Formats: sequence, C-alpha cells, structure tokens
Amino acid sequence: MRSCTPRSLLAASLLGAALVAALPGPAVARTEILWWHALQATLGERVGEIASKFNASQAEYEVKAIFKGSYPETLNAAIAAYRAKQAPHIVQVYEVGTQTMLSSGAILPVFQLMKDHNVAIDWNDLIGPVKTYYSSGGNLYSMAFNSSTPILYYNKDLFKKAGLPDKPPVTWDEVEAMAKKLVAGGAKCGYSSAWPSWVIMETMHAYHDQPFADHANGFDGLATTLKINGPFGVKMLELLQRGAKEGWFTYNGRLNKAEANMGGGECGIFTTSSAYIGNLTKTAEGKFAWGTAPLPHMAGFPRGNSIIGGATLWVMKGAKPEEAKGVAQFFKYLASTENQAWWATVTGYLPLTQAAVKAMEASGVYTKNPHLKTAVAQMNAAKTTPNSQGLRLGNYGSIRDAIEEQMENVFAGKKTAKQGLDDTVAKSGDILKEFAALYK
Amino acid sequence: MKRTVFRNRWLPYALVAPQIVITLVFFYWPALDSVRLSLYRASPFGDRLIFVGWGNFARLFADAAYLRSALTSVVFAFLVTLIGLVLALVLAALANARIRGLAVYRSLLLWPYGIAPAIAGILWLFIFHPSYGVLPYVLSFATTYQFNWFLKGWVAMTLLVVAAVWKQFGYNLAFYLAGLQAIEASVLEAASVDGAGPVRRFLAITFPLLSPVTFFLFTLNMTFAFFETFGLVHSVTQGGPGDATSLLVYKAWKDGFENLQLGVSAAQSVVLMAVVIGLTALQFRYAEKKVTY
Repeated sequence: MRSCTPRSLLAASLLGAALVAALPGPAVARTEILWWHALQATLGERVGEIASKFNASQAEYEVKAIFKGSYPETLNAAIAAYRAKQAPHIVQVYEVGTQTMLSSGAILPVFQLMKDHNVAIDWNDLIGPVKTYYSSGGNLYSMAFNSSTPILYYNKDLFKKAGLPDKPPVTWDEVEAMAKKLVAGGAKCGYSSAWPSWVIMETMHAYHDQPFADHANGFDGLATTLKINGPFGVKMLELLQRGAKEGWFTYNGRLNKAEANMGGGECGIFTTSSAYIGNLTKTAEGKFAWGTAPLPHMAGFPRGNSIIGGATLWVMKGAKPEEAKGVAQFFKYLASTENQAWWATVTGYLPLTQAAVKAMEASGVYTKNPHLKTAVAQMNAAKTTPNSQGLRLGNYGSIRDAIEEQMENVFAGKKTAKQGLDDTVAKSGDILKEFAALYK
Repeated sequence: MKRTVFRNRWLPYALVAPQIVITLVFFYWPALDSVRLSLYRASPFGDRLIFVGWGNFARLFADAAYLRSALTSVVFAFLVTLIGLVLALVLAALANARIRGLAVYRSLLLWPYGIAPAIAGILWLFIFHPSYGVLPYVLSFATTYQFNWFLKGWVAMTLLVVAAVWKQFGYNLAFYLAGLQAIEASVLEAASVDGAGPVRRFLAITFPLLSPVTFFLFTLNMTFAFFETFGLVHSVTQGGPGDATSLLVYKAWKDGFENLQLGVSAAQSVVLMAVVIGLTALQFRYAEKKVTY
C-alpha cells in the first residue's frame, strides 16, 4: 500500500483516462431533473413514457425517471440521499409517508414552487379527495400523481352459477346475503378483500363519514388517538368476523395478496383498488366475466366519500433555481388534460382533474371500458366531508400493521371485534405519541 | 503450522489492510453507529435527534409485542435447529451406507443449500397456499380443518420452519457425512464383533464421535435461524398472521425501514448484535477446542 511502483502508477493513469473518456461531452446544455419512482413493470414503462414525452416537448430540461424499488425502498433511498445532500429533485412517496414528508422539513411545498416560478395550475379542478388528501391549509403540498380508490368487483360467472341476477350488492347486508348464496352455489370464496386496513377500516370509515383519528384525522394537528373502536368499526368487523366463521368471507392476507384469489376466479364479491382493473382484465380474459360497482354501504350510517391511496410526487429542498423551475414546468405538463387523460386510460389510476374526466368521456374511453368510470363516479357522487378528506398519521405504516394484526386476530376468532379494536387503539396511541414526541 | 517470514516488514500489513479496511467500514462503523442511534429518538430525515438514553431499550423490553417476537424467534430457532439436525443425521447415516448410485443421491441431497432463503420460502409457499397449494388440497380429503396460514399462526410458523429446515438441510447433511466418514471403520467393526447391533453402534459410537460436528452445526443453525431468515419471512408471511411469525430480525427491519422508527430499530439491532456475539463466543469457547478439521 505504501509503495508506488511504476506499474501501479501506469494502471492508475490508464483507469483515469478511461473514466474521462466515459464522461459525456460538453454539448449537454439541458438542465437535468432526477425523478425517483417506485412503479415497475408496465407502470414503470408508462412513467418512462411521461418523461420522454415531456423531454421531447421542450429543449431546456431533461427529466430522468429512475426506478428505486418498492415504495418503502424508494422513500428510504430518498432519505439516505437527502442526508448525504444528494437528494433527487422529485421523489414519489406513497400515501403512508405523507405525514413523514410534511414533518420532514426536507421538502418544498408544491404550491410554493408553482408560485415562485409563476406557473399557474387550476387546483380547484382537481378531483375532491385527491386535492384534500395532499393539501394543508388549502394549499397543495405534493403533486398528485397515481391515485386510486377501492371499488367493488364481482364475478359474473359465479353469480350465474349461484342463481343470482347480474346485479352487484349495494349494501353490506346484500354482500352477506349474496356471498352466502355464492358459497352455497359452489364458490370457494363468497367475499374477500385486498388491502385489509385500507379498504375495510380506513376507506369504510370515510365512506360512512365516521372519524378515523382525532384532530380531524390528523388534518388539524398531529393525531394522537384512533377513533376506530366506535359503533361503526365494531359493526364492520363483527360482520366480517361472523362471515369468516360462517364461511362466506375469506381472509386472504395483507397487501394485495387476495387479488390472486379474485384473479383465480374463486371469489364472487371482492373489494380492492380501482387500479386492479388493468390486471384483472388480463388475468380473467377468456376465463370468466366480471363487473365493477361502487363500494357497498352499511345501513344506518351516513354517507361520506371513499378515500384515495397511491402516491404523490414531492419536491426535495436544495434544488438550484433553474432546476426548480424545470420541476415546476414538468408538473404543469403532468397536470395537463392531455397527459392526465392518457395516464388514466393506460394505467387505470384516477384522472386527477375534472377536465381529464370530461376529455375521457368525450373520447369514448368510458364507453369502451366502463370499469374505468366506476371509481370516478363513486367519488364524484359523494361530497367530501372532514372525515373523508383523507388520513394524516405519523408512523402510518406501523399503525396499519397494528390494525391488520388485530383484524387477523378478530377474523381468526381469537378476540371479539370490540376487544381487537380497543387493543388497536391502545397500541396505535403509543405509536402516535412517539411520533408527536419527535415533533413537539 | 508453518510460520511465514516476510522480509519487508510492511508487506504483511499491506496484505491484510484491505480486509481490515472492509471490516472497519462495513462492519464496525455501522455497528457503532447503531449503538449511537439506539440512544436517540431520531426523525427519518435526520433533522431531529433527541437523546433518550436507555429510553428505546426500556420501551422495547416493556413492549409486549417485542417480547412475543423474542419468544417466537427462540421457538423458531430451536425448532429449525432440532428438526434440521435430526433429519440431517438420519439421512446422512443412510447416505453413508454402501449403495449403488450413492454419489448421485448425495449431490441431490446437497442441492437445497444453493437456494436463497427467500426463494426457498416461495417454493414452500406454493405447496402450502390455501387456494392453489398441493398440501391443503391433499389434506382436504382427510379433514375439513382449514389450513389457511393467512389466518392460523401455527400453520404459518410450520411453513416457515419447514422451509428453513429444508434450506439448511444440504449444509447439515454435508457436515454429518464428512463426520461419519471420518469415523474409523475398524471401531465399528470391533463393536460388531462384540455383538452390538446397528442401533447400539450408532448410539454408543457414532453419535458421541459426531458430537463436535453436532455442536458446530447447532450454533450455526441457531445463528441462521436468528439472523438469516429475514428473506424467508419477508417473502412469505411478512410477520403475520397477527404477529405470529414476526421474528426479531424481521421486526427490526420493519420498524426501521418501513416504519422509519430509527432509534427503536437501532436498539433492536443492538440487542440482536449482543445475541450473535454471545453465540459466537460460545462457538469459539467450546467448539474450537473439540473440533478437529
């Protein structure tokens, strides 16, 4: 290590020469904008398409879309990069990380960015829950990107086999009645759901205008307690606990694992993200007919709106002025009706603006693929209330874990619904307090 | 051992330097940083760092979920080690017999070791899967009990144990086979002449002579079960149902990387570090003296 032989010097200089040769020439004048995202496969290709379309549309900026792994992996990569002062300009963060990003002190709010660079976007044209979820004090903090909401799917072939008319259930009572008939008719699973906490707890509370956490679900200040052990939450879980016991509800795991059961043609009634449409179209092709419908309603409770999931784009602090300007221009392109309509059509995510919905209607996309309309119709049919504008919880990921852990205990019959929810509230209280202690 | 003498007094240091540097940068530095971080309540982006002393550890040991996770890990590690070693020993004894095509059998038995834990988990997931798995299908003819590991903790645990045992099997077998072949045939022959049957010979001679190997494999399998099963849990059960398969190493990762509670996660890593240091110390103190390679 100490000695410097002529040979090692030669090797070093050769290596240096090779490195210099590998650098791009001085011709590059475009400002580079790094966009880290978490979408893979087909969706990842679509993200790449957005970047290349934007790059082709102007000559000043070059957006580079880089896949960084799953949502948590992408967030972790961004955190590590930020700490090393190497942050990308734009990072895609899932809804679970919203409070983390808001509290981070590491971001530049989108509304601020747009104001700084005099880029006008009509935020009021955004679909209600999409806007509220990511706004604070009426100002948008992160750029809405891929949003979806839970909807109901049903297997028409299994409905026919069970002697049911081709009509999806509208209430949970009907879900129960139909699921029982489906099972009696030979279906392996009457009703099942993917994303247990997001669909059955988070969305269902919002959909019935029930509070999920204190401080208006964390929108008026840091949430400190969950409120899901009220009459609605208990009734919801009691229903499904009974369903699990009687055999008309099948629990098929966390995340989107249960989608395999729906895609395999086992389930009569199913709830999951509207972004599942594309996938189900492919898997069910030539095997079974299916339909979509708005989520079922629980009799005796008011109506709110369904909430969204998915991810948004956050702008990291520390960009040079010309880079920030490029990000603002890029977001303007993202919000354009042309891009929104195209994106929603090819991915199954929600179009984020009403203008894009109109454009899609005009172009006949919805007549060709009526399923794409279900989620939009469901959201536009209702009014967004304080309980359904979204959820903003610190350490949201751990809270989902705590909820799903207890849901599993309840469905397995280990605890009563009330006990399970009380335990969830106690556990998540500790988690929320820990977060609050950090930002007090 | 032969003592090598270097003429240049710096050369030996230069030769070991890369290894030392790698160890310092990739092992000691992160380890020390974990210890430091375990004493803080830290925000994900690093803008808040509040010293809490032993607070994270105190929280950890007062947390019922963590204690359950510790118990789950111990149960898991013992099941994997005991079942794994017994199976490997029995099959090694069989594979040590003089039979036709022995080399083929031996190679086939060694195969699973070449598979990553995550992949092993996925393979067994297909066999156990409640809707398309072979095992629940076969069992459905015998019983109406639902072997759904999405809901039943013990089924999920069984799945993980089976996958882990299977994955380590080749390794254990290789060591036992080597151990068996090192036993002098004359000793066993002498026992035969004295009238000892195959079982007696195994219990009185083979097994005791294999004890150094057994001890070595015991610590090794324990270490594997405690620290290298992250991929398995991550790809198959994600700690569920409930927290039935939330092993310590998985929980530490989850709290740190998914839930972004860095201080608590660092405290968990420190606890795990203490366990692995303990196991390694045990290994060196007892095994090194008895095992002759």
